[in-house]
Amino acid sequence: MLEIKGLEVKLEEEDKQILKGVDLSIEPGKVHAIMGPNGSGKSTLSYVLSGKDGYEVTAGSAALEGADLLDMEPEERAAAGLFLAFQYPVEIPGVGNMTFLRTAVNAQRKERGEEELSAADFLKEVRAKAKSLKIDAEMLKRPVNVGFSGGEKKRNEILQMAMLEPKMCILDETDSGLDVDAMKLVSEGVNALRSEGRSFLVITHYQRLLDHIKPDIVHIMADGRIVKSGGPELALEVENNGYADILAEVA
Amino acid sequence: MALAQLKIDTTEARLADVEVPQGAAWGNAARADAMARLRQMGLPTKRDEYWKYTDPTSLTAVAAPEAALFHNDEVPLFNAVDRVKIVFVDGVFDADASDDLTAEGVEIERLADAMDTDIHWAKDLYGVLEARGQKPVERPLAALNTALATDGVVIRVTGKASKPVNFVYLHKNTASDAVLHNLVKVEAGAEFTLLETGPAAARFSKQLEVEVAEGGTFHHVRSQGRDHERRAVTHCFARIASNSTFKSFTLTFNGVLTRNECVLEIVGDEATAHVAGVCVGDGTDFHHDDTVFITHDAVNCESRQVFKKVLRNGATGVFQGKILVKEGAQKTDGYQISQSLLLDDDSVFLAKPELEIYADDVACSHGSTSGAIDETALFYLRSRGVSHDDARNLLTLSFLAEALEEIADEGLAEELRDRLEGWLSRHR
Repeated sequence: MLEIKGLEVKLEEEDKQILKGVDLSIEPGKVHAIMGPNGSGKSTLSYVLSGKDGYEVTAGSAALEGADLLDMEPEERAAAGLFLAFQYPVEIPGVGNMTFLRTAVNAQRKERGEEELSAADFLKEVRAKAKSLKIDAEMLKRPVNVGFSGGEKKRNEILQMAMLEPKMCILDETDSGLDVDAMKLVSEGVNALRSEGRSFLVITHYQRLLDHIKPDIVHIMADGRIVKSGGPELALEVENNGYADILAEVA
Repeated sequence: MALAQLKIDTTEARLADVEVPQGAAWGNAARADAMARLRQMGLPTKRDEYWKYTDPTSLTAVAAPEAALFHNDEVPLFNAVDRVKIVFVDGVFDADASDDLTAEGVEIERLADAMDTDIHWAKDLYGVLEARGQKPVERPLAALNTALATDGVVIRVTGKASKPVNFVYLHKNTASDAVLHNLVKVEAGAEFTLLETGPAAARFSKQLEVEVAEGGTFHHVRSQGRDHERRAVTHCFARIASNSTFKSFTLTFNGVLTRNECVLEIVGDEATAHVAGVCVGDGTDFHHDDTVFITHDAVNCESRQVFKKVLRNGATGVFQGKILVKEGAQKTDGYQISQSLLLDDDSVFLAKPELEIYADDVACSHGSTSGAIDETALFYLRSRGVSHDDARNLLTLSFLAEALEEIADEGLAEELRDRLEGWLSRHR
């Protein structure tokens, strides 16, 4: 599904290398988690994959189902099936959540040469999916993320994911700012989307999210590289002992 | 103080060959008074404080510069609205193109007819609010309008108007120079909506004097058309009584020179006065100026000024807005925001927000900003599959939302929003 080889990335504005050769291969239907200390490059990886400005790829490649991601505009990556759930979802006053969702869904369909969803079909689908995420009609009407609580914003991200039906979902610290109940709700939303043809990359600091969204493989990232990979037990090891032991071990 | 020679020369040159329309009754005196006011002030020059950012030369010149006509196949604005349509072609009332001037709750007459009637309510309004509005800031072009206006209508609203009145201005002559003056008197407890659409003429001066009596409601929604080469100065003077509501919104597309002045005087307690505007301009020859003055002279009143400008390719926007809270106007709630979205490094926004407060128990806030499209928001939208241009347009509409929300009628707001979307998608 996602194939990252020797990816090296620096900041455009300053001469600072963030990713120093990331290799990562995610099979269809698999859930991978990336953990790592602050500043290890986890969020940078998610931004570079989704096409945010400000980063320069100096070496390596990233491909989604064989297509070179790094060559595409952010909207093309989205249409190709990539989705990033933001750590800090952006507030957009004056644009209704519903309008935004419909614009996004139809833009992607158009890009893929599919027919746009009719207003009625769209409404039906969004209502059903919103309901399972406990997003009410009022929240759908409100401007995108404006006045939403932390939990509401993250649920809204998952709703977008559910509506856009991407193949490759990246969740950037989706657990940050969530209480236990909200984390459960968000996780259920994510789990409901798990399928054979859809892969996930879950970026998190904490093991507790991985109690809810069970990963197939856990990677530890440090100083711009993936330094260790293993099964779910690796996350528990981090939870119990911190990163120090692992980092010492691979050093 | 004696006027500067340049002012005298400009004024006398402009007035040398003009013919002041003559009527059969009170109109002649009202025009003569206005002419006297004008001669005392003189026409504006670039050296005047309130004309520092906008060059009035083409507005005061003897001859109007020509303006090409704008054609497209769009359905005229508000076409589907049930309304009384009053059509002016290059500043001249067109009876054939207009609807019957009747609707429940309103009385409509042509200005000339009202002026020729010895005893008429319009006598107490025509030029009266304009004269009051000359202090503390002079508005000589408004006095010129009062003196020279060749057409217009006067509307008295006696109840809840059954439908809005729509002034439809058509520009058909590339050299037309129009001076229009309209009056609206909203009687106590009455409700009225005035719509204005179109560019009027190659050069035009439009004045609207509005009296809103106790408990009355006046809604004004205006779109200024897309004829880019037109030059316009408009004035709106309103006197707002207790418990009444005045709301005015203007949408301006294009225009080499537009100066919209709005002068509101709140004279009764518990009244509400909102004035808002959106302009979208493309190119170094776009110049749009909103000049607003709201006087609070009563207790417990609320006023809002919400102005948003989208400027690209070197366009210029000006905002001069003032809130004056007089002594004793306690519990005033005044809000003023002027913002520009600069879509490139060459566009310019000039803002002069002013507050002058002589009461000690008031809440007045004002803000003015210039900014570019938020890159983070742009990326957020694009990461969801929205194209760069569509994302930019969506964020532009997001920027304009606060001003558009000032339009009370959701249907009218939606129609203007659609036109804005169209404009934005044509100016990529």
